[in-house]
Amino acid sequence: MSAPAASAAASSPDSPVAPARAAWRELAGRLVREKPLGAAGAIVFALFLLCGLLAGALAPYGINETHLAHRLEPPSLTFLLGTDQLGRDVFSRVLHGARLSMIVALLAAGFSTVISVVLGLLSGYFGGWVDQLTQRFVDAWMVFPGLVLLIGAISIVGPGLGQIVVILSLLYGIAGSRVVRGAALGVQGQTYTLAARSLGARPLYVLWRHVLPNVMPVVLVLFTTRLGAVILAEAGLSFLGLGVPPPAPTWGGMLSGDGRTYMYVGPWLAIAPGLSLTAVVFAVNVFGDALRDLLDPKMRGIR
Amino acid sequence: MTQTPDQKPPRAGAARGPSPQDDEPLLVVRDLSVVFPSRRTVARNGAGGGSGSGSDHGAVWAVDRLSLEIRRGETLALVGESGSGKSMTALSLLRLVPEPGRIASGEVRLAGEDLLRLPEAAMRRVRGDRIAMVFQEPMTSLNPVLSIGRQVAEAIRVHRRVSWRAALARAGELLEQVAIPDARDRLDAYPHEFSGGMRQRVMIAMALACEPELILADEPTTALDVTVQAQILELLKRLTRERGTALMLITHDLGVVARYADRVAVMYAGKLMEQGDARAVYARPRHPYTLGLMASVPRLDDPPGRRLVPIPGQPPDLSELPPGCRFAPRCAFVHGRCREERPTLLQAPGAASGHLRSCFGFEEPSGPQGAGAPARAGTPAGEGTER
Repeated sequence: MSAPAASAAASSPDSPVAPARAAWRELAGRLVREKPLGAAGAIVFALFLLCGLLAGALAPYGINETHLAHRLEPPSLTFLLGTDQLGRDVFSRVLHGARLSMIVALLAAGFSTVISVVLGLLSGYFGGWVDQLTQRFVDAWMVFPGLVLLIGAISIVGPGLGQIVVILSLLYGIAGSRVVRGAALGVQGQTYTLAARSLGARPLYVLWRHVLPNVMPVVLVLFTTRLGAVILAEAGLSFLGLGVPPPAPTWGGMLSGDGRTYMYVGPWLAIAPGLSLTAVVFAVNVFGDALRDLLDPKMRGIR
Repeated sequence: MTQTPDQKPPRAGAARGPSPQDDEPLLVVRDLSVVFPSRRTVARNGAGGGSGSGSDHGAVWAVDRLSLEIRRGETLALVGESGSGKSMTALSLLRLVPEPGRIASGEVRLAGEDLLRLPEAAMRRVRGDRIAMVFQEPMTSLNPVLSIGRQVAEAIRVHRRVSWRAALARAGELLEQVAIPDARDRLDAYPHEFSGGMRQRVMIAMALACEPELILADEPTTALDVTVQAQILELLKRLTRERGTALMLITHDLGVVARYADRVAVMYAGKLMEQGDARAVYARPRHPYTLGLMASVPRLDDPPGRRLVPIPGQPPDLSELPPGCRFAPRCAFVHGRCREERPTLLQAPGAASGHLRSCFGFEEPSGPQGAGAPARAGTPAGEGTER
């Protein structure tokens, strides 16, 4: 050790994680500038998220509060989106439906992404028999149509929020692992993972420190597309009566139950949750597309 | 394991005995083979199992029974064409041969300890700490999403129990030593803010981080501008000399060899062709392949107007090697024995001890170990066939 003194040591004592924030800010900036539609989608989604979060405070009436004198009333100033056949305020119920949708969306999309990342990274990075095993399992899993699996699983474990989240997470998580695997394969071929190993790093360390951060763009896009898919799937289940059971207001349930029955007398019953659903899913998908466009060409490094 | 391509080379006498220093070399590689099994298991009529052929069922022997040694503080240049197994040799020393490939046989002794027998955990402690590597592509050998300082610091922290702060301070020092301007202010910079040459400096800093005994530099300057190449090599040479670090410099640039190497090992199609003191090999190559290499590049002391003579033909398909010497099909001095038997690495007749080659001799017609006849070693590979 020839020593030009360790005096100037204090130049960069900061935690080594800080610069990630700048990258996020830059990404947000580019989203607004280059993909206004995607940015709008993000805002719409954020609004729904906020609605869900503040449903309790925003809703003018309770979800099961009935106004028997005002059954099946069209939208008015007192009842912004009208009332249903029991005189419940549709606006309040849609807000609370948003809360349920958002809970399912965030949880299921989150868990499914985690599952995808873990499976995909292990499979892509270690290769060999690990890869063979997981990927053949994924293949077998994907043989079943999603809806069939969903209905089958729910009819076994019974409907409920927890069950739906678990099943949706598994369903989308396992399928999504391929996407992560592909990205991990690409990163694994880069010299820096080899270089890290040549310096004595452990495989899991390399995976965590070098592979994972470099597949993050893909993971981010995967997460946003999952959001939309999961919201739709939950609504579908509720529509079929397999979602969160009735007293709880779900968009899918509102569409199928009251919405369908009173389609002609009170079309607003179906329009409100239907439009909400469409808007959220559209917003999320547009946002996800924009993210993918922004991140994809940069997949190979330089950011 | 099933591989018995050559006669057992009498290595012990050939290389170790006459070594001028009597202290043990830092790294001794013996009969190292790296094989990539082939999917084509269709038996390709075994090419005469009796006389021994390197290929079994089209498996590729990327490195075939390679033996060499590196002394402490010495620079050994490993020279050869693309695909001759140079990089694979370096990776196999670290036991990082990429997947379907594996090390089939041999030993790699680092200060007496056989690395090929170490458990993986112990091998990890060798990587980076005792043997470090600098890769060919500086553009992809740094992680794009981590700051430079972080990456160098991590190279330290893998092996040393030091705080982040201390590791970063040391990283700053290292970056300064590899002559990165404003090193300490650039710890937070990201790889894409650096040029190729600068990145290679960072890679060198990472390799030096734990003061290894040996650095493997795999064509460290190939991807760089010519003007930067010399700087990087000078840097590498100076730093390794200062620290007494041994350097294995993989290159295909004979100019680099002449300037920086103490000794040279020439590889062809996975096999070592010639090994010896750099000056001696330059002054008088003892193998037709080396001779051909030298005739194919210009030299400063060439008479004006000398024509460069390429080696005719192409390197062989490693999965279908000729039964005899693997250079035989392209050799200008080929004779009958070359096509049937495989030469082993032996003391070159008439050369200084330790100058080895794997050739039956091309100075004298068919004289297997012909005691160094006057030879036309100077003539480039021309018409001279020896039949």
